[in-house]
Amino acid sequence: MSYKFEIKDANLHYGSFQALYDINLDVPQKQVMAFIGPSGCGKSTLLKCLNRMNDLVEGCNVEGDFLLDGEDIYRDIEVTSLRKRVGMVFQKSNLFPMSIYDNIAFGPRTHGIKKKAELDEIVETCLKQAAIWDECKDRLKKSALGMSGGQQQRLCIARALAVKPEVILMDEPTSALDPISTLKVEELCTELKRKYTIVIVTHNMQQAMRIADRTAFFLHGRIEEEGPTERIFNNPHNEKTREYIGGQFG
Amino acid sequence: MQAVFLVCACISILCVAVICIYMFAKGCPAIAKIGVAEFLGGKDWFPTNSQPSFGIFPMIVGSMYVTAGAIMIGVPVGLLTAVFLAKFCPKRLYKFVLPAVNLLAGIPSIVYGFFGMIVVVPFVRSVFGGTGNSIITASFILGIMILPTVIGMSESALNAVPSQYYEGALALGATHERSVMRVVLPAAKSGVCAAIVLAIGRAVGETMAVVMIAGNQARLPHQLTQGVRTLTANIIMEMGYATGLHYDALLGTGVVLFVFILMLNLLLSAVTSKKER
Amino acid sequence: MNEQMKMTYKAHPLSFVMKLLVWICAAATVGVFLMLVGYVLVRGVPYLSTSLFSLHGTTDNVSILPSIINTLKMVGIALLIAAPLGICCAIYLVEYAKKGSKFVKAIRLTTQTLSGIPSIIYGIFGSMFFVTALKWRLSLLSGACTLAIMVLPVIITSAEEALKSVDDSYREGSFGLGAGKLRTVFRVVLPSAVSGILSGVILAIGRIVGETAALVFTAGALTKIAGLKDSGATLAVHMYNLSNEGLHMNEAAAAAVVLLITVMLLNAFASFAAKRIKKTSGEI
Repeated sequence: MSYKFEIKDANLHYGSFQALYDINLDVPQKQVMAFIGPSGCGKSTLLKCLNRMNDLVEGCNVEGDFLLDGEDIYRDIEVTSLRKRVGMVFQKSNLFPMSIYDNIAFGPRTHGIKKKAELDEIVETCLKQAAIWDECKDRLKKSALGMSGGQQQRLCIARALAVKPEVILMDEPTSALDPISTLKVEELCTELKRKYTIVIVTHNMQQAMRIADRTAFFLHGRIEEEGPTERIFNNPHNEKTREYIGGQFG
Repeated sequence: MQAVFLVCACISILCVAVICIYMFAKGCPAIAKIGVAEFLGGKDWFPTNSQPSFGIFPMIVGSMYVTAGAIMIGVPVGLLTAVFLAKFCPKRLYKFVLPAVNLLAGIPSIVYGFFGMIVVVPFVRSVFGGTGNSIITASFILGIMILPTVIGMSESALNAVPSQYYEGALALGATHERSVMRVVLPAAKSGVCAAIVLAIGRAVGETMAVVMIAGNQARLPHQLTQGVRTLTANIIMEMGYATGLHYDALLGTGVVLFVFILMLNLLLSAVTSKKER
Repeated sequence: MNEQMKMTYKAHPLSFVMKLLVWICAAATVGVFLMLVGYVLVRGVPYLSTSLFSLHGTTDNVSILPSIINTLKMVGIALLIAAPLGICCAIYLVEYAKKGSKFVKAIRLTTQTLSGIPSIIYGIFGSMFFVTALKWRLSLLSGACTLAIMVLPVIITSAEEALKSVDDSYREGSFGLGAGKLRTVFRVVLPSAVSGILSGVILAIGRIVGETAALVFTAGALTKIAGLKDSGATLAVHMYNLSNEGLHMNEAAAAAVVLLITVMLLNAFASFAAKRIKKTSGEI
């Protein structure tokens, strides 16, 4: 099996507070990997390391190796091209206050695509890939903020797809959505993993069971256990994992 | 006691009402006496001739020129300075830049005019030729004077933009600069527009600084190095000795200016109420 | 600049240009400010002589002392009118008025309008209303009344902000002890908002000290110490006359120094007071 991400001996400090301890993790190619664990356990922090959004946090200090296809993302790869390759969908939709079209086209334009025909094509394919084309094809020029919450989140996914990433990071993408919208996003994930590697942070263990191929369980800044989702949920080796999944804390 | 507070609260309404009534009641008949078309469209201003003519068109054009010039200088610089303060400025530097901007707002216009006289006029004279008392000089000084207005309002508009827009743009692989200029700045559009409207108002209404450096010739200018007279300058220069119809014509000039400012105010409240919605 | 940033800007040269532009504009703003202050100081400080501060102004010594005294009087009278009115208006808006009612909106709109009216319009109005209609002639009183209207919005807005920033628990505490509305306002709310109100008043003083256009036709330009009903030039008007005649540019420069330093000190005080309000409300 080939690995998309290899993380070796990673430690992370916010100022004097250590948020991640000795993380070692391999993320396989074209699968869905879920990060689960109670809040404040470091799962979002690790996710944000993968496209260096942690750079924004003042006093954040990352140690260890993060390899994307064998290249060190903190040393060898230029940060904007890293984020082009590793897209991200946030907890709350952060569509820009512009038209749907301009939202989707923002990424490609950023990376130098100027031709109208080419942009049109990208917008259409991405919206279709995100299974939202039918809902918004007649209102591409209208403000994206007029869509419902679930639609907005899928538009965010479409926008992330538009820069042709290799990996999509999702930070609790459904935590603010209703069950039906959640289901749609989940279906989308299963669809997308054929072409993309997906890492998803979730609070919802059922969600991890439904969509993830592998699951990592975080506690107090450490990965307590990692493995195929089925085994983690049915036969956890670690005592703490068993307690968490059994609903004893978190 | 509540009644006292209530009466005090009415004071600003009362002031605006009285000012409006006086300006229009005194100024409009004056304009009517001269004739609206002749007053607004007339190209000649010879108030003291035996056959006087009262055309303020040159002054309207003059005010427009210097205001446009001020906007062209002050808005880009002010906007980018606001971007700097909101998104680029290291914390340690902020403590020095912000007071500088605030103090710029506090400097009296007469001091700006004086600075224009002793520094900018000679400079413009040696670089562009002419007397130095010109559209360029006035635009430059006004451009500086509107900086604090543009910076203050734009910066707070930029700071009010939710940070998730910025993060979203970064996550798509945009640089810090592109995220700020293409996502954060457009999102702050209405605040920036309000700042520009306010700045236009300040530039149009400025009197002392302009009268000291703009040359004040009441004729249509053909070059940027020529002097102009603005509406405000027209009033301050001649009101002291004007009598009769001449005085009325100056009141009329005031009314034109006043109407323009009121329209800008309406525009401003339209822009800000749009933002709230 | 570290290696990573170099890589980014190498890949996106336009972004680097943008960054440079932003820094240049900020530098230009600060630079212009420093240049302005620097030039005025260099040009004016050498002429700050003792004769410039002699009590009796003549056309010879063009003393600025009478105009300074006039300025102080002007500030005093204008504030005596504007401060109580403005603060009471703010009290009504914050403590008594129904939020969002039409009346409050009208007050907001008119206050905003007042702050947008240029000073020359105030000058015309003052000369028509106070000087001519009320027959107060060119006098400190006419000038001060004109200026009082002009600074009203400054005082109202800052007082309103200051009152709003007073925590509601203070009011509830006072009511809980059985105090009435009025007592609460005067004994509890006003004292805790005092630094914010002060900052607005100081800003208003700055406006009055620097104002010229509104005073030329209301208070006149006589350079002698004036009584309430006499015409008298404030420092800014005096400076305008000096530089307008062109005969006393050096003295005008000296007057500019005095004006500039006064206004800058006032602004510094105002922001100091404003900072104190933040601190005290932070402690709550």
